[in-house]
Amino acid sequence: MTTATEAAPQPAAAPEQDEGPLVHILWMNGGLGCDGDSVALTAATQPSIEEIALGALPGLPRVAVHWPLIDYECGPEQGADNFIEWWHKADRGELEPFVLVVEGSIPNEAIKSEGYWCGFGNNPETGQPMTTSEWLDRLAPKATCVLAVGTCATYGGIHAMAGNPTGAMGVPDYLGWDWRSKAGLPIVCVPGCPTHPDNLSETILYLLYQVAGQAPMIPLDEALRPTWLFGATVHEGCDRAGYYEQGEFAKEYGSPKCLVKLGCWGPVVKCNVPKRGWINGVGGCPNVGGICIACTMPGFPDKFMPFMDEPPGARVSTTASGLYGSVIRTLRHVTAKTLDHEPKWRKKGPELLTGYHKTW
Amino acid sequence: MTTAQDSRIVEMNWDPVTRIVGSLGIYTKIDFAQKRVVECHSTSSIFRGYSIFMRGKDPRDAHFITSRICGICGDNHATCSVYCQNMAYGVRPPHLGEWIINLGEAAEYMFDHNIFQENLVGVDYCARMVGETNPGVLEQANRTESPHAAEHGYRTIGDIMRALNPLEGDFYKEALQVSRMTREMFCLMEGRHVHPSTLYPGGVGTVATVQLFTDYLTRLMRYVEFMKRVVPLHDDLFDFFYEALPGYEEVGRRRVQLICWGSLNDPEYCDFDYRNMENWGRKMFVSPGVVVDGKLVTNNLVDINLGIRILLGHSFYEDWEGMDKFVTQDALGNPVDARHPWNQHTIPRPAKRDFDDKYSWTMSPRWFDGTDYLACDTGGGPIARLWATALGGLVDIGGYVRSTGHSVQINLPRTMSRPAASFEWKIPQWSNAIERNRARTYFQAYCAAAALYFVERALAEVRAGRTKTWEPFTVPENAESVGFTEAVRGVLSHHMVIRDGKIANYHPYPPTPWNGSARDVYGTPGPYEDAVQNTPIFEENPPENFKGIDIMRAVRSFDPCLPCGVHMYLGDGRVVERMHTPGAAGLIS
Repeated sequence: MTTATEAAPQPAAAPEQDEGPLVHILWMNGGLGCDGDSVALTAATQPSIEEIALGALPGLPRVAVHWPLIDYECGPEQGADNFIEWWHKADRGELEPFVLVVEGSIPNEAIKSEGYWCGFGNNPETGQPMTTSEWLDRLAPKATCVLAVGTCATYGGIHAMAGNPTGAMGVPDYLGWDWRSKAGLPIVCVPGCPTHPDNLSETILYLLYQVAGQAPMIPLDEALRPTWLFGATVHEGCDRAGYYEQGEFAKEYGSPKCLVKLGCWGPVVKCNVPKRGWINGVGGCPNVGGICIACTMPGFPDKFMPFMDEPPGARVSTTASGLYGSVIRTLRHVTAKTLDHEPKWRKKGPELLTGYHKTW
Repeated sequence: MTTAQDSRIVEMNWDPVTRIVGSLGIYTKIDFAQKRVVECHSTSSIFRGYSIFMRGKDPRDAHFITSRICGICGDNHATCSVYCQNMAYGVRPPHLGEWIINLGEAAEYMFDHNIFQENLVGVDYCARMVGETNPGVLEQANRTESPHAAEHGYRTIGDIMRALNPLEGDFYKEALQVSRMTREMFCLMEGRHVHPSTLYPGGVGTVATVQLFTDYLTRLMRYVEFMKRVVPLHDDLFDFFYEALPGYEEVGRRRVQLICWGSLNDPEYCDFDYRNMENWGRKMFVSPGVVVDGKLVTNNLVDINLGIRILLGHSFYEDWEGMDKFVTQDALGNPVDARHPWNQHTIPRPAKRDFDDKYSWTMSPRWFDGTDYLACDTGGGPIARLWATALGGLVDIGGYVRSTGHSVQINLPRTMSRPAASFEWKIPQWSNAIERNRARTYFQAYCAAAALYFVERALAEVRAGRTKTWEPFTVPENAESVGFTEAVRGVLSHHMVIRDGKIANYHPYPPTPWNGSARDVYGTPGPYEDAVQNTPIFEENPPENFKGIDIMRAVRSFDPCLPCGVHMYLGDGRVVERMHTPGAAGLIS
């Protein structure tokens, strides 16, 4: 994808050229991911990516989105329109300001003596692939903001589950939870497997306003999530909560009743999907018959498996579902605190702690 | 940066290739004097280890986990895994549950092929790109009347190309919106895109009401109307390339070795029992088939299953030869090979890249026909599905779609502002870039037509009061099972072995390991490599301004989707020997 100005046949002649600074968005999908968050962004409509790229909202700075999924540029390293050149420019300090978007978890390249788990383009000095962690080492200090999108990039996610061979972790595990950009921003995390399309586009929008000096510091919770998107639980936004209140629980999938006894983790999971629907208000999870498997949570997936079993806390809280007030809230708070933390093995260092026995 | 007159072989690398899903690198040597690609290595840079971290997990978690293999067709994985689990647990979902999955999967094809064709591949054929690579072709397009202008509204081919310009073209923008509406259709059936929330072994959790199907059907009919314009539009555009650039049929061409594992089960016949798989496989609404040199070798899913072989050769793994076999014979008593996915052990060994030895994380899936290990491809999905379905002569989807034995007829009913329309996909002369792309458009229409039938059947169930969508099951202590379907980009299989109630072995094989595989132990190149090698160069730019559009068209016609590579990694493909090309040194990095 290119900006409005770059998409025009004669970029230099575009009239918007003089209107304020250009913010570059470098989208790195080279982590251990599935590109599901890139794909989710193409589904967003509030705002859509074309509205962001074409400046369709008031006060937006001009943006140049360098995004592998739909970028026009696709020339060879030795010829015209080499896409990866933007990354090298950023590395040389020639892009200012830029937002670094990271998609996919960061494998631990330190647990082996040679080879690599993942890369993104090449390192010109060695002719070898540039690993995702090396890009992070080079670009994070130069970025105005680092945005981790999807549960892999935020907390490790599926590829960081017990028994994984790569030692995968999230961006905060790699850079440090207290890391701050040169502009003083913490890592911004938009979890979800994949992210909710509009949660992602709206966070990008907020950050662009902030970079343009039009919005104050983005409000984040202790897991670095935007508070206005992740402040409530699935259960609080679920239209099946009425069945819960009445003590009516689904015994089989396909029932319109509350799914807590079939594996739904909604009462303790921070996510707005049942409230928002998945796309233009359509779809979702427990609101349409899908158990919440807690895919936005730092403890995902390990602390929620097997997904189709009744959550351990559910028995207590469903029995007491007629009783409201502090008892339930306190119980949930305790559970939620554990689930809001990642398993211990997701960290840097030369040791592989996932339980997988190395064969190399 | 001039090249010597006697030799113009130059290295050209694209890494990462944009407008695909995932990280793919294409490393070539191009003879600019002869205007041909002389060598190609395809590379990818991701290893996640699904088959490793799934071991010991609860089998019921398999579809939730494997959906995460791919961010654009994750639901195909979830569906395949659910099929595989149904076989293992011996559970047959209620018919309504199967119609709902078919509607969700049909919506996925409608969405994914649409966004890929118009917003990713389409850009390779847009006015801006054609103007920058072959200015004369754009001028010719501006002078060429569209044969089907009355159907799609673009007077000249140049107008079509301008409509495809990224972010500006009106067809580009319309297609992006259509990709959202089709995802709404998907979410009605499977909850969330792209990792579904409502799929389970035994059926779905979707609440089946009249409203659910009305919401789907109204959107579907808008899509049907859309496709009445899109099919003729792409026929005009693609036919023009043959006309404007004689010889373009050679771009991305390779021998016809197409595979399709079949898709969209018929609940009347599909009982998920391996012993009956030959029968219910032939009842799928998209027929399975192995097509070699234009001939249907088999459409029996049992034969297809037993012929799958996973070869090594240039990969970062230790061989599993001599290790324990999980499955010695299938449920019909047929012997199962040690190189079959059921018996595969994944033992990674990261190492330095060495093109004389190991240079790849991909394994090389091949289909063994009894004599040869065929490096089959899916052509990005649709061309193989249509080819297998056309030759099979088995499909008649309520009159909406019919296989004739040599073609596929697609009948679309009247819509709000357009009369009924019929299209016929005929078996093409070549398996090449243009025909892979053309088939994609026809298959979108195929899915829309099939979905009309699925809505009818689902509504009939609801109106008859049969609203159950899920059937209970128990997980056995030991089982072996397989799921077959078509991911958007082609064949998808999941093989599972359960021991002591846990996953003992799980190996998914999506299309990209087939299409993007490395040279195997016998030296046979993978399909991307094979299709790019010998591709002629029509682009007019000299090496220093070279975009490689013909190569990119060849590669993108396969709809590369690298996350589906799973094990895939091929290093950066840098060739070992240096070309003696005086003056071109500046071009060789």
